[in-house]
Amino acid sequence: MGSSTVPQALRFPSARRRTPFLIAAAAGLLLVGTLGMAWGAVSIPPFTVARIIGANLGGSGVADWPAAWETILFQIRLPRVILGGLVGLTLAVAGAVYQALFRNPLAEPYLIGVSSGASFGATLAIVLVWRFGVGGWNGVSLAAFVGALLATAAVYGLARVGGRTPITTLILAGVALNAILSAATVFLMYMMRDAFQAMHVLGWLMGSLALADWEKVRVVFLYVLGGLVVIGGYAHTLNVLQLDEEQAQSLGVAVERTKGILIVAVSLATAAAVSVSGVVGFVGLIVPHIVRLLWGPDHRFLLPMSGLIGAATLILADSAARTVFAPRELPLGVVTAVVGAPFFLYLLRRQKREVF
Amino acid sequence: MTLPLEVENLTFGYNGRPVLQGVSFRLMPGEVLGLIGPNGAGKSTLIRLAAGLLRPLEGMVRLFGRAPQDWPPRALARQAALVPQGAYIPPTFTVWESALLGRTPYLGFLGVPRERDRQATWRALERVGIAHLADRFIGQLSGGERQRVVLARALAQEPRCLLLDEPTTHLDIHHQVAILSLIRRMALEDGIGVLIVLHDLNLASTFADRLALLVDGRLIALGDPRDVLRSDRLLAIYGSGITVFPRPDDGGRPVVLPRYWDEAVCLTE
Repeated sequence: MGSSTVPQALRFPSARRRTPFLIAAAAGLLLVGTLGMAWGAVSIPPFTVARIIGANLGGSGVADWPAAWETILFQIRLPRVILGGLVGLTLAVAGAVYQALFRNPLAEPYLIGVSSGASFGATLAIVLVWRFGVGGWNGVSLAAFVGALLATAAVYGLARVGGRTPITTLILAGVALNAILSAATVFLMYMMRDAFQAMHVLGWLMGSLALADWEKVRVVFLYVLGGLVVIGGYAHTLNVLQLDEEQAQSLGVAVERTKGILIVAVSLATAAAVSVSGVVGFVGLIVPHIVRLLWGPDHRFLLPMSGLIGAATLILADSAARTVFAPRELPLGVVTAVVGAPFFLYLLRRQKREVF
Repeated sequence: MTLPLEVENLTFGYNGRPVLQGVSFRLMPGEVLGLIGPNGAGKSTLIRLAAGLLRPLEGMVRLFGRAPQDWPPRALARQAALVPQGAYIPPTFTVWESALLGRTPYLGFLGVPRERDRQATWRALERVGIAHLADRFIGQLSGGERQRVVLARALAQEPRCLLLDEPTTHLDIHHQVAILSLIRRMALEDGIGVLIVLHDLNLASTFADRLALLVDGRLIALGDPRDVLRSDRLLAIYGSGITVFPRPDDGGRPVVLPRYWDEAVCLTE
């Protein structure tokens, strides 16, 4: 029996079909970022936004725009757009990783304690700040970050039995700890005498980028970059893990070690994102599903595409949140859910193939 | 010379309930060793111990001279491939993607397959007869086709030891014969050691060089199918609803046929 050769169609299936989509998504992200900087109380034409940034990157051109525009762009809108992009990128990639790692379509970045830990930490800090008057928003960020990491570590530790961390135990331990911490957060809010303080907590819980600045961008960027580099190296391993763990192990994957490394990477990046944005729901859950619906389950494509779409989604949502009812700002989580969920349902109905 | 698989005085149990007790045997290169026995005898547990998915309570398992846990995971996956019973593959994967996963222990950073990986995968798909389904989704396949995808994945690993747990249960008789003949030929030509759990005593008798009969966690017979599948022994284990014949056309290898048994009740332990 003569062995025939591999058909050309199978040779570069993914690369050929998918790379154009990644390029298009990256271009789309740039466009969305430009629009996000154009919209606001002071409206700047998008093309002028591009020209101002081009000029500041060392390009030439006549500065025929008000000097105030540059201040608005570089001190207020650019850090906010970049922070939104980083948060959206992190949440979407983290959601894709957890859905793969837990082999569960309901998995999202907050599944094993990040959001409830962050919420409790932030709430506690807000209470203490009012009591003792130390620090400011940065204190809240730090408390949220630490709370998120402690909660995740507690869930992982509780679920670990005899050198193994079974997925089901991990998810259930997460559900239990989320319940406890959410109850504690609500209790703290309930005990607050000061309505303004309670509003502060509520605003944080529903997500907001109103306090974005370059300092926050700098802090988040390091964690996100570190997390993404690690996660990227495991893209193929995540494909293998879509089989059950025993098959993955028999294909040479060190399952427990992989699980541990990925949970640490995702938790650090997500905790950093949540600490500056509060709890923004929906993006981490739905964006990976949208990508999976449209392009299939290969994580070497799913991860970067989810990241790009997640970033663009969050920038758009934040732009809407601060402009639609200006000067009031809508909670970010409300916008992502109200706009994103119907779109996802539409895709779900239209698509014939199995989702997960 | 290191053997594909050595099992010595192997004992295992779940929560104090013994599953395997004092099992010893050796698997030679180029040999197909059939593992048979009634339901719950410990066959799948033995395969999982051999693959390193479980640790023995007592005794030892050696794959090419080393305990599976002492091999680096990737190196072990290049030596030994496992086809578990009812292996799950997500319905959204294509046949090609699924079989290509067998190359995982050979892929470098980022897991980008090379030409060599594609060729090994394609050849494995051809060997089990599903190359024409390469771009189908797993969700669109029949149970038998799916089972052959898992086998193709194992062959793509290019192992020197194959651990197969009932790889032909969902196949029609043509494909059972074709797959088991292929496995036997590969064992012989490439010197692969094959440990295969088979429920069907006739397939075991026909395609294995030697048989190991496991009952209640103990190895009670090991050797040529003609010696292991003796009528009195099988009647004692499986009850009186069977008749054992020597085949006239295949060197007297036994065949086991069912027959009506009016006193039949399901055996309980």
